[in-house]
Amino acid sequence: MVLKARHKRFILIGIGLALIGLAAMLILNAFQSNMVFFYTPTQVAKGEVPHNTGFRIGGLVEVGSIKRGDDGLTVHFVITDTAKTVPVVYKGVLPDLFKEGKGVVAQGSVGVDGLFVASEVLAKHDENYMPPEAAAALKSAQEQSKTLQLPSK
Amino acid sequence: MHMNWFKFSSPATFYPLAGKLVPWFFWLATLLALVGLYVSFALAPTDFQQGEAYRIIFVHVPAAWMSMFIYVVMAGWAAMGLALNARLSAMMAQALAPTGAMFTLLALVTGSLWGKPMWGTWWVWDARLTSELILLFLYLGFMALQSSIDDPRRADRAGALLALVGVVNVPIIYFSVKWWNTLHQGSTINMGVAPKMAATMLLGMLLMALAFWMYSIAVSLLRVRCIMLERERSSDWVKALTAKGAK
Repeated sequence: MVLKARHKRFILIGIGLALIGLAAMLILNAFQSNMVFFYTPTQVAKGEVPHNTGFRIGGLVEVGSIKRGDDGLTVHFVITDTAKTVPVVYKGVLPDLFKEGKGVVAQGSVGVDGLFVASEVLAKHDENYMPPEAAAALKSAQEQSKTLQLPSK
Repeated sequence: MHMNWFKFSSPATFYPLAGKLVPWFFWLATLLALVGLYVSFALAPTDFQQGEAYRIIFVHVPAAWMSMFIYVVMAGWAAMGLALNARLSAMMAQALAPTGAMFTLLALVTGSLWGKPMWGTWWVWDARLTSELILLFLYLGFMALQSSIDDPRRADRAGALLALVGVVNVPIIYFSVKWWNTLHQGSTINMGVAPKMAATMLLGMLLMALAFWMYSIAVSLLRVRCIMLERERSSDWVKALTAKGAK
């Protein structure tokens, strides 16, 4: 069977695309460590973060951890990934979505005392959108299911 | 009933057909946009976290979808043009590029406007934002490359190669929020999973996406008509058309 010229070109384009895709995959794999926007508290605990330079920590603001300073600008809070935690201090204006239990990304560096001094705090939004009534209903349902739970022992 | 679709791959027959289709797609786009905007801004409820600011998604998300989808379609036409040596395919790719670039810019700008109050920053170099910016450069590069080569055949081939190489960026944009830690949130609408969004919000977003689709089709058909006339100006069919007063 003889291939028509246009079929040959289609096959060549297909092979070309596959090769480019493979190359891109390999490049992205090689740069995997440079592609992370932030590190998790677990990675910080394991020492997998860059030394001598600033980096970003991402996670959730631990519930009940936000303490504001007397000057009204300094704020202490704890970032958690539910396994490890990192205490953070930040002085400046916080974004609207910064709340306890919500996502956060802080840029800065770790001081000698293990306290992360942030120069910038960004809120990381989640992918859930709903009206406030629905959110309230969801919350009360969760609380009710908690109170209905039988003691395990 | 058998119809020869290849009849329409000739500019001489596609030109009048496109001319007939354009107003229909413009009307559909207008209608869908009006209903979509009404649902998005009057009917859709306020968000429990972001208040009213979340309403940017009714433009941002459809624009971002279109920016990626148009690129894939453009690369598809470019590949067809390359493999089949078809003039019209290359012209379709050329006609889609400016609309794709516009939607990319729209997605970047609306995202930035939303990012300042919500995240606390206009711009971050995370994987999602950076790959979308690369998409904009790919569109602009495609347009610049095509217009910098005088011979249309060579311009088509060079543009097609760039478009095809760049198509690798589209899955990177789409999956960037899954593959890496990004500041940009994950997708709300996933295949096979119920969307994490109230139904009216979803309806508004889908209507806007449909409106953008119709708009894109209308504008690119309009643009491809101009390209056809310009490129085929010395052909018999354009001469015949201009002789009797082009419509």
